[in-house]
Amino acid sequence: MVEEKLEYWRWTESSHVDSDRDWRDARVITLGIDVGSVSTEAVVCLDGELYAYNTIRTGANSPDSANLAMEGVFAKTGLTLEDIHYTVGTGYGRVNIPFADKAITEIACHGRGAHYMGGPTIRTILDMGGQDCKVIHINELGKVTNFLMNDKCAAGTGRGMEVIADLLEVPVTEIGERSFDIDEEPPAVSDICVVFAKSEAMARLKEGWSKNKVIAAYCRAMSERVCSLINRIGVEEDFIITGGIAKNIGVARRIESILGVKARETTFDSQIAGALGAALFAYTLVTKKNKG
Amino acid sequence: MITAGIDVGNRNIKVVIMKEGKIASRLAGTAGFEQREVAFKLLASAMADAGVTRDEVAHITATGMGRNALDFADSQVTDVTAAARAAAYFFPGVTTIIEVGAEESRGIKTDGKGRVLDSAINEKCAAGSGSFTESMARALGMELDEFAQKSLESTVQIPMNAQCTVFAESEVVSLIHQSTEKKDIARAVHDAIASRVSSLVRRVKLEGEVALFGGMAYNPGFCKSLMDKLKVDHLKIPEQPEFADAIGAAIVASKRAA
Repeated sequence: MVEEKLEYWRWTESSHVDSDRDWRDARVITLGIDVGSVSTEAVVCLDGELYAYNTIRTGANSPDSANLAMEGVFAKTGLTLEDIHYTVGTGYGRVNIPFADKAITEIACHGRGAHYMGGPTIRTILDMGGQDCKVIHINELGKVTNFLMNDKCAAGTGRGMEVIADLLEVPVTEIGERSFDIDEEPPAVSDICVVFAKSEAMARLKEGWSKNKVIAAYCRAMSERVCSLINRIGVEEDFIITGGIAKNIGVARRIESILGVKARETTFDSQIAGALGAALFAYTLVTKKNKG
Repeated sequence: MITAGIDVGNRNIKVVIMKEGKIASRLAGTAGFEQREVAFKLLASAMADAGVTRDEVAHITATGMGRNALDFADSQVTDVTAAARAAAYFFPGVTTIIEVGAEESRGIKTDGKGRVLDSAINEKCAAGSGSFTESMARALGMELDEFAQKSLESTVQIPMNAQCTVFAESEVVSLIHQSTEKKDIARAVHDAIASRVSSLVRRVKLEGEVALFGGMAYNPGFCKSLMDKLKVDHLKIPEQPEFADAIGAAIVASKRAA
């Protein structure tokens, strides 16, 4: 018998439909697709308001992932591609989305999406994605004024957290809670390289550290790394964290305490910011075209 | 005179006993967590192999990143100096040394007689080190030896976009999905490490012949990629290249005991 290997890195895919609304009443229906390196999101907006979304793990190629994410939303809402007026693709796989009318960079889309999620007072966005980490400054209209990103190194990204979850055999969704279940905050492990952090984590375990203590040390390392990125362009309030890691309170709370700034709470799934921004851009493009 | 050199590396601990300037015995073991205990046991076994007692050993010098853990050593020396001494021992006159270990790689420039003139080290990132090859071989489900050999058969150059080991692993997975041949992926991995390493060498400037130390010297696929990148037709590799720093430390020990 083949023993099933638990996939500790596996985060929860999610979907949502606003049941108070009916897309048949909407004048403009737009779709935003964000094909990231680790997750793919599809968001549907009705007249520039969030209506439904679906997040999945990115598969072997961008077109299939985009299709799957989109079909997930369609299955829940009864929408078909014919009902969509305009589709904008974003994320690293944005040029490979066959049904998209336009591709827009993820920086612009994240700015726009976070502006919607956190409200017009948001000025700094920390987007912690699967394989990159970005700091984005936006103005009151959600337009990007400055940004900085790390996409060369896994330290400070969701992928890095997955590696540690797998090593410790702790589900990635439990990491945040468990990182606070410790007597005293331990010193951080290496924040310069995930591979080194991994060997350090193994050494700490052998030394007799509890898994939770190692988790805390890794969450701290990741937070320190990300904060040094943020500090290069500064944090202007209000502040919001988006991307998958925003759901990890072990990292989010530590970032807040290092920066001395509280992050804006939102009810939205933090992973949809890019796709939401794309759907909102799509709405703007449609309404502009109709006016013209 | 009898001396000992101990190299406490990231992955393995290496012990060398030298007798009148010749290697009397050498032994390696996994470093693990209890570096001091592992090193102590390895030293005892190496002394037994060489047929010497602790009292006969005039001086013990430790090197490697865990060298400070060895409280029983008489002195310490940096890895860079140890490598330079080893190069002068094996290949007098060779002034460019490359060392690629489990988690570190470095380029060293010497005067050819064991004195260090310049060095460049990558210790901030696992890309460009031995652990990179290991994780890539694992991603392909291949043994390390097979992975190294296969790379030599490749005639295609595929650039790797990812600089980070963790990201490269995902890139390898997508290459597998695109049905890229394993030999070509293996070569892409070795080319990527070689280009990282050669950028370190460029910082200290390549001159004349090049000595290669460290466990990666066992990997013919990597050696080929490195020679291509450095545009040299051969590399000077000592027997059991992972012991170079321990040998260098034992040489330093004999100077210090004298």
